[in-house]
Amino acid sequence: MDSPCSKTRNPFTGAEANAVGVKVEAMCKSYAGVEVLKDITFEVQPGEIFVLMGPSGSGKSVLLRHIAGLETPSSGTITIDGLDPSLEATRDCDRIALVFQDGALFNSLNVYDNLALYPREHRSGGEKAIRERVLHSLKILSVEDAVNKFPSELSGGMKKRVSIARALVMEPQLLLYDEPTSELDPVMSATISEIIATLKNEYSVTSLVVTHDRDLALTISNRVGILMDGELVTLGTPDDLSKSKDPRIVDFLNPKIDIQHPRFKKLETQAQT
Amino acid sequence: MVQLFFRSLSYSSSLPRQWARFIEQCYLIGYTTLPIVAILSFFIGTVLALEAGYSMSDFGAKEYIGSLVGLSMARELGPMMTSVLLAGRVGSAITAELASMKVYQEIDALTIMNIPAAKILVLPRLAAVIVMMPVLTMISNIVGWFGGSVVARYVSSLGISPEAYFAALRHYTKFKDVMNGVEKAEVFGFVVVLVCCDIGLNTRGGPREIGAAVTRAVVTSLILILVLDYFVTKVLV
Repeated sequence: MDSPCSKTRNPFTGAEANAVGVKVEAMCKSYAGVEVLKDITFEVQPGEIFVLMGPSGSGKSVLLRHIAGLETPSSGTITIDGLDPSLEATRDCDRIALVFQDGALFNSLNVYDNLALYPREHRSGGEKAIRERVLHSLKILSVEDAVNKFPSELSGGMKKRVSIARALVMEPQLLLYDEPTSELDPVMSATISEIIATLKNEYSVTSLVVTHDRDLALTISNRVGILMDGELVTLGTPDDLSKSKDPRIVDFLNPKIDIQHPRFKKLETQAQT
Repeated sequence: MVQLFFRSLSYSSSLPRQWARFIEQCYLIGYTTLPIVAILSFFIGTVLALEAGYSMSDFGAKEYIGSLVGLSMARELGPMMTSVLLAGRVGSAITAELASMKVYQEIDALTIMNIPAAKILVLPRLAAVIVMMPVLTMISNIVGWFGGSVVARYVSSLGISPEAYFAALRHYTKFKDVMNGVEKAEVFGFVVVLVCCDIGLNTRGGPREIGAAVTRAVVTSLILILVLDYFVTKVLV
């Protein structure tokens, strides 16, 4: 079968990868008749950090899985560098990496083998070159001490960093992050945010981050999209969002804990009865 | 399942590079199943000899116990019991492992890396079961025959010498009978591993579904073994 690639990038050459853009057009997704994503349209420019935010259950992770090619839309299109990401042939051309929320490290393999799996399977150099590449990735993420550990022996923060290192070994052109700072303390969250920004600057990778972390979104992103109930309600730079007067955006970005709010009163009454 | 079979087959040229995975699966399918196959086969042989001995004594034909145990083990019980144990012990473990990988997104991670699960998770297992099933079946047969000889010798009402027992066994159990059994076991083993891989890789939902997938895989495997047994026997007879 002819390759759909406009330019051959795989097999891995060791050269710096070219960042790729993402285009989502009128994309909808339904599960059992329930529409979870409605008419989503946006573009991510090559080399940009694009953050998708939104309340829990708004469809952020579902959208990310579609962009990663793990699922196909009910209608509309998603293209990465002009190619459909759900096709195996596309993954032959564009290196797309996804940092899963729970890491999705291979539990039966130690950290080294987790990272070495991709270059080994794609025959990207000899074992010595692979070892250098793996150790380099672990060093960038400051987790080289974990090289011989198994995923079950790692803390949450280390798992996230190893997961990013595994993505980095692929030398991706598009790096997708699913809640990279969830369940982490503020210091570790800041570290992960710095890592995302550093990777973008040093490796010119396009980054698409799904997160609840407002600080991450407003400090390191080039643009932010906010999803609510499956709809992309706004799209703009962090500055645009900070200045937004839309009450939904204001409430979402600056939630206030008001214990005098009727819903708290109701809970209090229920607890007493 | 058919699609998974052909997908795995399409990666067969990668098998020499997956030597370590193949050996690991041979160990899991063959070596770890061997003790339970041996124990079960020994007692199946003893029960066969005992039951046959008492019945055949009435007709003065107890000297033929060896032939009955030999043929029963070689043609039916050896391959059947080995396959049932494979489904229960190895098949359940395969489904649990793959279902767990699916539920915890490890399979998705492989997809993202463009590493097909059929290539690195299914193909080595299929290759290993093809190699190990004849070995396990032969061991099952031999241990079962030996179990029968122990009963034939030491149960006082039978008292058949090992020489007489094995002479009858050799006389009536032909090489073709043993090979038919091995061929059956190959088919059963291959189907068990394919079914268990397929069900594991298609698991949806949370951790609870892993248990449900294992149950479904074992039950489906057992039913398929019994159904296929009839058809394969019909072809081989």
